[in-house]
Amino acid sequence: MNDVTLTINGKPVSGVTEPRVTLLDFLRDVAGLKGTHAGCEHGVCGACTVLIDGTAVRSCLMLAVQAEGEDIITIEGIGGSGARAGELGVIQDAFCETHGLQCGYCTPGMILAAEALLSVNTDPTEHEVREAISGNICRCTGYVQIVDAILLAAKRLGQRNDAAPSDANLVWGLNS
Amino acid sequence: MKPVRFDYKRPATIDEACGLLASDDNARILAGGQSLIPMLSMRLSRPSLLIDIAHIPELTAFGETETHIEIGAMVRQAVAQKSEFVKTHIPLLAKALGYVGHPPTRARGTVGGSVAHADPSAEIALVAATLGAEITYRVDGADEIFDASDFFIGPMLTIAPPTGCLTRLSFVKAPAVCGTGFHEVAPRKSDYALASAAAQINFAAGSGVTSIHLGIGSVGDFPERLDVDQLCGTPLDDSAIADAVHAAMQMVETVEDLHATAAYRKRVATELAIRALRDARGEISKDLNQ
Repeated sequence: MNDVTLTINGKPVSGVTEPRVTLLDFLRDVAGLKGTHAGCEHGVCGACTVLIDGTAVRSCLMLAVQAEGEDIITIEGIGGSGARAGELGVIQDAFCETHGLQCGYCTPGMILAAEALLSVNTDPTEHEVREAISGNICRCTGYVQIVDAILLAAKRLGQRNDAAPSDANLVWGLNS
Repeated sequence: MKPVRFDYKRPATIDEACGLLASDDNARILAGGQSLIPMLSMRLSRPSLLIDIAHIPELTAFGETETHIEIGAMVRQAVAQKSEFVKTHIPLLAKALGYVGHPPTRARGTVGGSVAHADPSAEIALVAATLGAEITYRVDGADEIFDASDFFIGPMLTIAPPTGCLTRLSFVKAPAVCGTGFHEVAPRKSDYALASAAAQINFAAGSGVTSIHLGIGSVGDFPERLDVDQLCGTPLDDSAIADAVHAAMQMVETVEDLHATAAYRKRVATELAIRALRDARGEISKDLNQ
């Protein structure tokens, strides 16, 4: 058994785990965050996408012990904070408005992939959006409304925040 | 959890990693894990010890000599893809990296790990074989260097020593004028390619085309370099390129599986190789026509 200490959604989390436990299982079973979905569990579907230092990665393709000391954001860390605590974040709102989800199983992964894109590219083209979600499979929507959602979120974030891309996190309250 | 039980060690130096590797016959190196961890989850791989080399500082660095660019074994694919260093000096690799998996797997996957894993459809292995990159392993405290053109001998099979740890890849710097091309056909974006081709044409003012590198992947058991040296000194017109590629493809052995027949793979690889060479030619057309 190994000790693992990492930061999840801004909070330090420690746990004791076998080395063979993936980060996905650690997040769901040790940290109790069930929003990160287990889909294929071998790196094909993208349902388990989380952010490490702002970059989208597959939590099923990482062992929890490899994530020691890392700063991880899951779908639970994406919503509003402060006065907007409990409300949806900008990207989440956009997915609702454009019908960017049906069954919702792929949605946490899609939203985190979108977050990773929009944190470094505030004005993506449709091609760039499709590239960013190319590792995420959706079996319901046909992707059109997902792409619409991410473009809408980009537009709204641009209207609210013309400053440097790094400020985009503050809009969603990820750093607070 | 799905993998078998194993121990996990995180060495701080290459020699410590090699020592651990030698201590256990069933130990495996863990780099980015984007191929190994699915294999663990499917229990295709059942190691007793995983040696995580992500925390060895010298493996995450780029190096440069007068003639070569060195890429540490743990350099992430996304880092290499964004690197101006790679874009300038190994433009073919920069082009191919866009085809490797997708953004989340490139964020974790490593350049060296892909070469060591030796999947027949791996783009990085194809570029390394095409350009004849040098692959350095640390074995028993000494460096052993392999030519990537003869390094791959089968699916997930290389001539690497079992107790060695891949430490870096070294590519000859591309000349100031060079053209590159990369193409692949896959069932869907980021999936394993059914056929792929990489080409680089090196040019020097005064002497014209100095060398032509062409390689194909995914069609046989390993990425393979094709000999099209006969094209040097020709005007590189479409028919000369097509003839050279068709001749070189005669010798290629292709594999068949439920995704594509051997004949299909060969036909597609031939066409992609022609396109890659034409793309490379197009990038230096201004210099060629002077």
